[in-house]
Amino acid sequence: MNQKFPKGEIKSIQGRSITIRGDDIDTDRIIPARFLKCVSFSALGEQVFADDRKELKGNHPFDVDNNKGANILIVNENFGCGSSREHAPQSLMRWGIRLIIGESFAEIFFGNCLALGIPCLTASKEEIVKLQNLVEKNNNQIWDFNLKNLSISNQKETVKLVLDEGAYNMFFSGKWDATSQLLDEEEKINKTFNNLPYLNNFK
Amino acid sequence: MSSRTLYDKVWNFHQVKDLPGGSTQLFIGLHLIHEVTSPQAFSALNEKKLGVKFPNLTVATVDHIVPTSNQQRPFSDPLAEEMLATLEKNCKTHGIKFHGIGSNSQGVVHVMAPELGLTQPGMTVACGDSHTSTHGAFGAIAFGIGTSQVRDVLASQSLAMNKLKVRRIWVEGELQKGVYAKDLILHIIRHLGVKGGVGFAYEFAGPAIEKLSMEGRMTICNMAIEGGARCGYINPDETTFKYIKGKEHAPKGQEWDKAISWWKSLASDSTATFDDEIQLDGSSIEPTVTWGITPGQGISIKETIPNPELLPKNEQQIAKDACKYMNLKPDEPIEGQSIDVCFIGSCTNGRLSDLQEASKIVKGNTVAAGIRAFVVPGSQKVAKEAKEKGLDKIFLKAGFEWREPGCSMCLAMNPDKLEGRQISASSSNRNFKGRQGSANGRTLLMSPAMVAAAAINGKVTDVRKFL
Ligand code: SF4
Repeated sequence: MNQKFPKGEIKSIQGRSITIRGDDIDTDRIIPARFLKCVSFSALGEQVFADDRKELKGNHPFDVDNNKGANILIVNENFGCGSSREHAPQSLMRWGIRLIIGESFAEIFFGNCLALGIPCLTASKEEIVKLQNLVEKNNNQIWDFNLKNLSISNQKETVKLVLDEGAYNMFFSGKWDATSQLLDEEEKINKTFNNLPYLNNFK
Repeated sequence: MSSRTLYDKVWNFHQVKDLPGGSTQLFIGLHLIHEVTSPQAFSALNEKKLGVKFPNLTVATVDHIVPTSNQQRPFSDPLAEEMLATLEKNCKTHGIKFHGIGSNSQGVVHVMAPELGLTQPGMTVACGDSHTSTHGAFGAIAFGIGTSQVRDVLASQSLAMNKLKVRRIWVEGELQKGVYAKDLILHIIRHLGVKGGVGFAYEFAGPAIEKLSMEGRMTICNMAIEGGARCGYINPDETTFKYIKGKEHAPKGQEWDKAISWWKSLASDSTATFDDEIQLDGSSIEPTVTWGITPGQGISIKETIPNPELLPKNEQQIAKDACKYMNLKPDEPIEGQSIDVCFIGSCTNGRLSDLQEASKIVKGNTVAAGIRAFVVPGSQKVAKEAKEKGLDKIFLKAGFEWREPGCSMCLAMNPDKLEGRQISASSSNRNFKGRQGSANGRTLLMSPAMVAAAAINGKVTDVRKFL
């Protein structure tokens, strides 16, 4: 599969949605540890939720034919808790997910998604459940995510979303790829280094 | 907003600049890497044609994928061998110190770095591993990062971070006999919840914390992340300094005295303000065991499996899932639940004092029939010191297996795995579904001494019966 991964400004995303229900879905479930035995992320898309999918024998949302090609994931509370493995968002991204909306996210997972250009936005429990019900009723409908309005809509229904200002600015400006920013002012890094007692013989 | 806490002071020392997105560029004083989360970071670095900015501030070891029965190279698992070889190559190319198999200093990254004196108060420590919070035990700000961030630290020795809020968890009293740091942290997570710490750094303080050894403190901070807190820390004190003194990378001579006065100045001031404060009584905590599928689902050994219907609404569904998955019935006692496998090890409880406490229970006893029990020291140093004290013999005589150091069945990326529906008594930190290598395997988390007691009785046992 030749995929286009997120790049530059991320101001809107259109597509079909998919739901994963349940609180505290940890990264061990998103990508079981045995798939971490790799030196490249490229095969992870097929392995996302491997154990849950095996258990549900073809009935897992990520296996249902109608869900193929969906790019928006709707989840519940504390999604992505546990291990810091970036393999988790990588596997979701490589399956095709470009946007995640949920009640709340584990911090490291949120940061990992940010670094890949996958916005994670939140809404209240009621709103999320409403969204999940709508999506499950008809998984063919197209949803429009608009960063500026902080909303997702299917023409009839619109759900307001929340995103902290820092992440918002990064997606809006396309500067979510941190490396270049971090290297912008090397003297400042060196200055910090030189002021740290433990790196300078405690002088 | 917090002020004059250790977190604030260390943060200020490491601030490089404010970034346009609103986050802060934070300098990382110690970067630890291992074979699982670094290969893609090095590849990305190569793609971007970037080098490693401060190679001597990154230190590498191999832990997650190493076999624990036979560490002869090449490993029998070709994927594991490839990961190790890739790390070796990357370290060599970029001039990074690598503590490999047979180096006498290899081990689980969060066990070996403190042993070498690499972890010190006042540092920022980052590693592509969520249990990096362990290093906070020294009064460092230590947190787990993803692979993209590993790349960023390699390239720039810094990260884009948002400042956390600080919650002080004050623990009064003193832990009772048979109650260990592990019980305390399981108790804390039970009461604050697995997401209670999201957005917070946890400062652990108070008499019960001060009385803990460095190893106990590491157990506490190690599991801060299981409570949702990305980092946990303890203010440095004499216990901290005593532990560091004389270690390979500890400051020496005149530097030592200067280091101590700097370290002391970092502790949270008596006038510090916190975003939140919580107090609990350490004396009333009992040996604690998890019964479910999150580390927050813990109960004291004297309690019964909770009835999901009687729990707060937001805990009911996960409790129902847990009962079903674990095949445990509400209102049944946890004590006496039979188990199949006993695992003593991991970065939570694979240190010398953990093995010592467990060996006291094991000594003169025999592992119950049908139970597979094994000990995996957290590092080569732990293994060596344990052997010098004859601990290996005590365990072997009782019917435990004695293995080579690594992460082992904490996450089962090596051949040590649960099979089928097996249920383990484990001194590790996560009881997630499938965590220990079998998609439907089950895990009961507890202290290493409790694991030892379970091994001998073949069922969950109150360790105090052995004391
Ligand atoms: S021992 Fe377990 S928790 Fe610790 S680093 Fe290894 S796998 Fe992670």
